[in-house]
Amino acid sequence: MPQKTATVGARSYDGPSSGWWFAGPAVAIIAVFFLAPIAASILLSLTDFDIYALADWQNLRFVGLQNYIQLFHTYRFWVALHNTLYFVAIGGPLSVAASLGAALLLESKLTRLKVVWRTVFFAPVVTTLVAVAIVWRYLYHTKYGLFNLALTKLGFEPIDWLGDPHWAMPAVIFLAVWKNFGYNMIIFMAGLQSIPSELYEAAEVDGAGPARRFWHVTLPMLAPTFLFVGVTTIIGFFQLFAEPYVMTQGGPEESTYSLVMLMYEQGFRWWRLGFASAAAMTIFGITLAATLAQIWLQRKSGV
Amino acid sequence: MRYVKVVITNVAVAVLGFLVAAPLLWMVGAAFMPRGTAQTYPPPLWPTAPTLQNFRELFSRLHLGRYLLNSLAISLAITSFALLLNAMAGYAFAKLRFVGREQVFRTLLAALVMPLQVGMLPLFLMLKQLGLINTYWAVIIPSMATIYGIFMVRQYALAIPDSLLDAARLDGASEWRLFFTIVLPLLRPVLATLGIFTFLSAWNDFMWPLIVLTGSENYTLPVALAILSTEHVQDAELMMAGSLITILPVLCLFILLQRQLIGGIMVGGVKG
Repeated sequence: MPQKTATVGARSYDGPSSGWWFAGPAVAIIAVFFLAPIAASILLSLTDFDIYALADWQNLRFVGLQNYIQLFHTYRFWVALHNTLYFVAIGGPLSVAASLGAALLLESKLTRLKVVWRTVFFAPVVTTLVAVAIVWRYLYHTKYGLFNLALTKLGFEPIDWLGDPHWAMPAVIFLAVWKNFGYNMIIFMAGLQSIPSELYEAAEVDGAGPARRFWHVTLPMLAPTFLFVGVTTIIGFFQLFAEPYVMTQGGPEESTYSLVMLMYEQGFRWWRLGFASAAAMTIFGITLAATLAQIWLQRKSGV
Repeated sequence: MRYVKVVITNVAVAVLGFLVAAPLLWMVGAAFMPRGTAQTYPPPLWPTAPTLQNFRELFSRLHLGRYLLNSLAISLAITSFALLLNAMAGYAFAKLRFVGREQVFRTLLAALVMPLQVGMLPLFLMLKQLGLINTYWAVIIPSMATIYGIFMVRQYALAIPDSLLDAARLDGASEWRLFFTIVLPLLRPVLATLGIFTFLSAWNDFMWPLIVLTGSENYTLPVALAILSTEHVQDAELMMAGSLITILPVLCLFILLQRQLIGGIMVGGVKG
């Protein structure tokens, strides 16, 4: 068996030793095309890699932290940071709340046709983001969109959803919540199902009403689910790109211009790959900080 | 009292369900409306004179068939590679002993939180050096194996009894035969889940194909759709037909295989 003897050093193990033949291809792909680029991104962010370097690597220079300094002096970076944080800070919790609400409704003993509604609520998750963003762009149309049709029917003034800088980001957030809530809903449903019913019965015996049972049994028991959902949602929401790319191109007045759009534009439109790498590392740093902050907050609250 | 509660709860779920479905229902309706009729006041909710005109134009003049084939070829290739490579690796990390197993696995787990965008720029340069930009491979290769996929298979494979594997080894089965004849069939449920996940994310992926597929002949559906939508802002019906074609395959796949997909998320979410 050639594959066994080829693995150097594996013979010191008493078990089967051909593990690398099985794990190797996947690990190699991940190392070369996922991990190495991340490491290279750090180095790239310290160079002035631009369209001239793209033509000839001789033009490449090491510039230290120059890209970062320049980034932090770029007005559009702060705009993009502000927009992205707005999207994460409002859209994230809203999406998690919608997920929990839908999960509670579907797990309620009173609800009929659960599988049908679960399918409906989950359907947006599997749809193609670009396609639904295009659909929503027409739904947001000031004159012919269904949103404004509903608003005017209810007696409200129509809103210039994608043309008003104050409404464009909320419009993007609604789309993102609609598109994503079904995923975390399923995770909350699994969390709800794992809460032992004795806890509810004991709380009821102690005289706790539905609201108190929710606060003192359901929420604490869902704490690990919240952490998982919160962390994955934050990481996902920081990657805001396709929605504004398709619906608003970052406008109006840059009100939906995101950090990933900045990275994309600088890197792949203007070929300033060094500068764009600094932006990418900054996005990663902020995402990591937000994730750690959330874990820390949850630990601190003692659940 | 209980009756009232049942009615209220079910009405709430139904209203919510209708609101969630409404954008997709409108898309389906508008896709069959004659040109110029969706953008009138009051906006029609359903086509009064349904037509296939939009689809005909998409497939004849706008080459949507080509993009559909690109999407299909790329997504199927990614799914096949990812299933095989992640299954092999997940099984190895669960059941085979080899040098560096624990260290490599810990490194992979730590890298699980890395956002994809962080490495995109160097990855682009690397693929450019390899001459793969504007080929299917530029999209396929980086997705051929995923940390999440390995992790999913490993969790499942841990439950395979060692005695079963050892018995097959004693019978003289090679490691590869063991894998293909005994392990793979046992992994079928988790591979079904992983396969759907992989296909969905490959089909729906936008940013990376947008970056590496520079020639329109290689566009996937989402990339083509995004670009078409900027040129055809006024043609709501045409764009709804295009969106419908893009969404329909994944929506059908989901409805057919929703048990595997949702079951997979439930298990993964609780364990994660």
